[in-house]
Amino acid sequence: MTTLNPSGGSRHAAILGIGSYRPSRVIPNAEIVEAIDSSDEWIQQRSGIKQRRWATPEETITLMSVEASRKALAHAGIEASQVDAIVVATVSHMFQTPAVATAIAHELGTNRPAAFDISAACAGFCHGVALASDMVRGGSSSHVLVIGVERLSDLTDVGDRGTAFIFADGAGAVVVGPSDTPGIGPVVWGSDGEQFDLIRQREDWRDVLQQEHPQMPHLVMQGNPVFRWASFEMAKIAQATLDRTGIKVEDLDVFVPHQANMRIIDAMARSMKLPERVKIARDIAEQGNTSAASIPLALDRMIAEGDAKSGDTALFIAFGAGLAYAAQVVTVP
Amino acid sequence: MATTEEIRTDLADIVNEVAGVPADDVQLDKSFVDDLDVDSLSMVEVVVAAEEKFGVSIPDDEVKNLKTVGDAVSFIENAQS
Repeated sequence: MTTLNPSGGSRHAAILGIGSYRPSRVIPNAEIVEAIDSSDEWIQQRSGIKQRRWATPEETITLMSVEASRKALAHAGIEASQVDAIVVATVSHMFQTPAVATAIAHELGTNRPAAFDISAACAGFCHGVALASDMVRGGSSSHVLVIGVERLSDLTDVGDRGTAFIFADGAGAVVVGPSDTPGIGPVVWGSDGEQFDLIRQREDWRDVLQQEHPQMPHLVMQGNPVFRWASFEMAKIAQATLDRTGIKVEDLDVFVPHQANMRIIDAMARSMKLPERVKIARDIAEQGNTSAASIPLALDRMIAEGDAKSGDTALFIAFGAGLAYAAQVVTVP
Repeated sequence: MATTEEIRTDLADIVNEVAGVPADDVQLDKSFVDDLDVDSLSMVEVVVAAEEKFGVSIPDDEVKNLKTVGDAVSFIENAQS
C-alpha cells in the first residue's frame, strides 16, 4: 500500500490577536420605538439594550470584515501574507455564492488562502474558533483568520415588537495560530434540530418570489422558548465546557457569552454560580445583538477598557438559530 | 407532601431571587404581572426554578394560565399529588 505524508501540525493553538469594527450609525431606542409601539424603558427592561449600531450602505460585510481583520493581524503581529486560511461566520452575506471569505482574502492582500463561509448563526464564531484550532493542530493551516460579521439590520423587520430592538451590525476577527501552550481548550458543541423553527428566516427564497409584493424574508424568533433554552440549557453547556477543559468556574477571569440579551446573560451567570470577581461581557447594552460578531466585539471592548487582559482565562459560549451552540475556554491574547 | 403554605414560601423565595420582589409580598392573591411586576422573561425563570425545586413539569402552554401566586401554588400541589 502507498504511504501518504501525514498532515502534522502544531501541538497547540491559541488566539494570537483580536480586532473589531463597529459601524458608524448609533441607533438609540428612541429611534425605533414608534414602529413597534414600545418605549425605551420596556426595551431596556426586556433586553438591557440602550442603543445599537447599524451599518451604512457603505459599511458592507466585506468592509467591516477587512477593518476588523487588519486590527486583529496588527494585534497578533502577523502579516496578511502569513494567513493561509480565512473562515467567515455570517448569516447576512446576501450572496448564496460565492463565499464572502474570498473577497475578504483579496482585499486584505493575503496570498490565496483557503477561504470559506460557515453557517451556524449566532454560534458561528465559536464554531469558527473550534475549526481554526483543529486546522492549526491538524496541520491544514498555520495561521487562520476567523471572522464573525453581520448586517442583521438588513434582515430585521422594524415593525416586529419581538425582534426590532434586538438585532444589530458589526464585525470581529481573531487570528488563530501555533502556540507553545494550549490557548484554546476543547470545544463543546452541538445542535437541537427539534427546535429548528424557534429562530429562522421567515420563509424560503422561492416562496418569497411567489408573493405579489415580494419582501425580504426577515428573521423571526419565538422569544420565551429561546430565553428558556439559552438561559438554562446553555448554562449546563458552559459547565460541561469547564469540565472538559479541566478547570472550575473559580478559575475563570472573563465570561464572554454571545450578546443575545442582557437578561439571558444575567440568568446564565446566576445558573452557573459565576463568582462576583469574574468579569462579564455586557457589550449588548450599546451594540445590540450582532449574532456571529458579538463575542469578538465584546471581548475586544473588554480588552480596550481593561476588563480583560492578556493571559486571562475566558469562557466563550455562543448559541442561536438551529438551534446550534458551541463553547470553549480560551486564553485572552 | 408539602402544605400550601410550604409551597408558597418556597415559591416566594424563588420569586425573590429571580425578580427581587420581597418574599413577604408573594401572597396567594397577588398577580405576578400586575402586583409583583414579574414580566414574561422572569416568569420563565420562576417556572424553571419551580420545576427543579418541586420536581414537577410546567408546560409552556400552562404558564399563561398561572396568573396569580395562588394559581401557581395550586398547579404545583396538583402536579405533586
